[in-house]
Amino acid sequence: MPNFEFTDHTADIGIIAYGNSVEEVFVNAARGMFSLIADLEKVVEVIGHQVVAEAPDQEELLVTWLNELLYLFDAENLIFSRFEIVDLRQQYVRAMAYGERVDPSRHDLKTQVKAATYHQLKLEKGDEFRARIILDI
Amino acid sequence: MSSWRELLKKIDDYRWEIETSYKPGMRVPGLLYADEHMLEQIGGEQSPEQVANVAFLPGIVGKSLAMPDIHWGYGFPIGGVAATRVDDGVISPGGVGFDINCGVRLLTTNLMEKDVRPRIEEIVGQLFASIPSGMGSEGRIRVKGKEMDKVLRDGARWAVEKGYGDQEDLELTEENGRLKGADPDQVSEKARKRGIPQLGTLGSGNHFLEIQMVEEIYDESAAGVFGVHQTGQVVILIHTGSRGFGHQVCDDYLKTMGPAVRKYGIELPDRQLACAPVKSAEGQAYLAAMACAANYAWANRQCITHWTRQALSSIFGRRPRELGLRQVYDVAHNIAKIEEHAVDGKRLLVCVHRKGATRAFPAGHPDVPEAYKDVGQPVLIPGDMGRYSYVAVGTQGAMEETFGSTCHGAGRLQSRSKARRELSTSNVADELRAKGISFQVASKTALIEEASHAYKDVSEVVQVADGAGISRKVFRARPIGVIKG
Repeated sequence: MPNFEFTDHTADIGIIAYGNSVEEVFVNAARGMFSLIADLEKVVEVIGHQVVAEAPDQEELLVTWLNELLYLFDAENLIFSRFEIVDLRQQYVRAMAYGERVDPSRHDLKTQVKAATYHQLKLEKGDEFRARIILDI
Repeated sequence: MSSWRELLKKIDDYRWEIETSYKPGMRVPGLLYADEHMLEQIGGEQSPEQVANVAFLPGIVGKSLAMPDIHWGYGFPIGGVAATRVDDGVISPGGVGFDINCGVRLLTTNLMEKDVRPRIEEIVGQLFASIPSGMGSEGRIRVKGKEMDKVLRDGARWAVEKGYGDQEDLELTEENGRLKGADPDQVSEKARKRGIPQLGTLGSGNHFLEIQMVEEIYDESAAGVFGVHQTGQVVILIHTGSRGFGHQVCDDYLKTMGPAVRKYGIELPDRQLACAPVKSAEGQAYLAAMACAANYAWANRQCITHWTRQALSSIFGRRPRELGLRQVYDVAHNIAKIEEHAVDGKRLLVCVHRKGATRAFPAGHPDVPEAYKDVGQPVLIPGDMGRYSYVAVGTQGAMEETFGSTCHGAGRLQSRSKARRELSTSNVADELRAKGISFQVASKTALIEEASHAYKDVSEVVQVADGAGISRKVFRARPIGVIKG
């Protein structure tokens, strides 16, 4: 089972994130999204940033979590390559995101992600956990 | 793949209807502008489904419309137009999108291809150096506190007052570069923090600045009024929007709209269509914040225009005015506007959502600038970086059928990931060079994702809009220099 994969969408990009738990799905979705933005191998972990997000349900929480990370990328110039979920509930997530300040000369920036959308959003729980999120590029 | 072809009812060569019986909950039919060839391209896509979904919006009037450059978006299709009654209809942030007032601005020059070609590398280099582009780039302007409120309230006018342009630019911008009703108090601190460093930046993805030469003129008199007199004349096209500021405003209000949908008992087939009544507190707050983002985008394009003028002025050693660096027009193609339109023979105040669609008002419309009142509003339709772009003009047909709207670009044909799988940086770069196009890009990935192959041929899109009578071709220009983020 891969951690995440991308699906085709004409204008945008879909991420399918997998995990043995919802926590892992949240982590893999975030890693998937940042791997579109930059080469994560080149990101050095020098900053640990606490991220908190809230939403009416867990599907929307996944979108809110990703958008919170994009906000930090834009407003604080932070790029992350590793995530640890500290507390995850239906309507609340608290996590640590590790990375550093964006350095265009070193990070090989690739695709700009405008936002995670609610379009065709799905978080499924079975033997394994799986989520689909479409990103606006 | 052929399923859509069977479901769509042919009205004529350019019009295809999705009947309300397609999906219970559709309040009005859907209408796609396309020719046979385009239908094949959208056949396997989900965009017609999205046209049907938009028809669910409470208060929608006329039809759920899709311009010929329709493609699969999120919530609304890209190329979607929907008008809702202001009285009892809704406003949907998804009908505007994340890049609020993404739009296009065109400048003319009195330079000819022969003046520019020999110095094109220098021009492209200078523009790339003058205009921050690409992810992580920061603007050369840094506004603080109250100054940001002025940007949000006054848009391009703020920039002109700061010396970035002149009064004539404002007269030749949709809404004079300042959408009324902007209320900075409706904008989150997060949107401000995201927007401040990015003011005066081109951005990434499909945003660009192109030096183009006029290749063919279809309507000499309209072209003349727009300041284009002969083939070979050099023009400049700028495509960018409200950057992270607009993305955050959209994100913030999608969160507001989720509970609003439940509160007002609205049933929708897709969460991304979340909406609230135009007249509700949620609807009014979104419109006030959206106007701030629209104004941010106009200020952004105004600053970029100024640096473009400065760069060319320094290269040619002549003042911008001597180079004829005059603005033709500036249009938004992701926006919601409160406008009056004729619906079932009566004048009605509606909220026109244009998600990847351009306003196309005809000659004589009061919102068309004085200089163009006899020809109509210029419609700027960028194509892909390897082919060409068009300038068209608004028509009465658009007023009658599409709430004064037409197409906004080529429309993607191929997904970004498919483009990445099939193309390499070197072959896209070689192809551009072979076509005599100089370029500088901040991201190699963007170069591949934005390759010609990934887009529909914009000439087909423009032809359908022309054939259907919702805009009329004026001239075509092709790039000789490209700057991308």
